Amino acid sequence: MKSIQELEAIRQRTLNTINMRKDNQNTRVVVGMATCGIAAGARPVLLKFMDEVANRNLSGVTVSQTGCIGFCRLEPIVEVYSPDKEKVTYVKVNPDMVGRIITDHIVNGKVVEEYTIGYYEKNNK
Amino acid sequence: MFEISLHILDILQNSIKAGASLITVRLTLKGNMLTVVIEDNGCGMSKEFVARVCDPFVTTRTTRKVGMGISLFKAGAEASGGSFSIHSREGVGTTVTAVFDISCIDCPPLGDINGTMISQFVCHPEIDFIYSFTTDKGQMEFDTRAVKQVLGDEVSLDTPEVMQWMQESIKEELEQIEANVN
Ligand SMILES: Nc1ncnc2c1ncn2[C@@H]1O[C@H](COP(=O)(O)OP(=O)(O)OP(=O)(O)O)[C@@H](O)[C@H]1O
Ligand SMILES: [Mg+2]
Repeated sequence: MKSIQELEAIRQRTLNTINMRKDNQNTRVVVGMATCGIAAGARPVLLKFMDEVANRNLSGVTVSQTGCIGFCRLEPIVEVYSPDKEKVTYVKVNPDMVGRIITDHIVNGKVVEEYTIGYYEKNNK
Repeated sequence: MFEISLHILDILQNSIKAGASLITVRLTLKGNMLTVVIEDNGCGMSKEFVARVCDPFVTTRTTRKVGMGISLFKAGAEASGGSFSIHSREGVGTTVTAVFDISCIDCPPLGDINGTMISQFVCHPEIDFIYSFTTDKGQMEFDTRAVKQVLGDEVSLDTPEVMQWMQESIKEELEQIEANVN
């Protein structure tokens, strides 16, 4: 295993910031990970969210996964839950869309309308 | 499914749904044959259910009527001239084994297996995972329990820096045993 000392150091650094983090309210990003989602490309989307959250050092954002959300043909599906706001559902997400979802929506609070399920359904009848 | 590692990701979802607290994924490369074993200590299945589970129309899911994960994995292995088996005991757990002949043109590439594993470590910090890879050159074994021991209770596996540490750590060890199947 890579150096344990390094992991120790990460632990220390994280502990030092953990109290700060508790004050932040959490935004949750949830990626659909059933067979339908995985086949449609959910894994690179999930990993991209994880990498971006790590690289931009966004505390208070958690990335997780769930089973089938129920719209298999629209996978990969990503749901964003922000405190005190309604859930936003993004459909047919690919890794290139992740940057904008993070910058516009998660950081600046502006939903990326043209990626949402509502927009998709209205324009693909 | 285009990659063996995507099948593995999918089969892992079954183990997670089955309430497993320990999941082991072992890959062994011997000559042309890649053996994948996924073992969990989840709820398991009855004898009758396991016998039927390779049939895509068998599922306990409620959002649609077909379950495809296992039947697709089996089809993928068999199409490459490999084999597939599943063993399960109610209340004990389940073991899924698939063998692929990677020299066969119908065999999907392994793909991003580290991405598969690490995404699951991070999404399910409450579950313990063992990920091992064996080649002629040696063995890599990564046990998230060892990481958790260092991190203690307050720091979780889904901490971004920890995720990056795991990524690099596994990559380094796989390079040492020349585990590049693609
Ligand atoms: N590891 C396991 N432990 C317990 N039960 C399992 C396990 N793997 C599969 N099963 C059972 O077998 C069924 C079929 O699994 P399969 O992966 O083929 O389809 P699914 O998970 O139902 O749907 P999909 O994979 O298409 O999302 C599951 O619904 C579940 O009841
Ligand atoms: Mg499944």
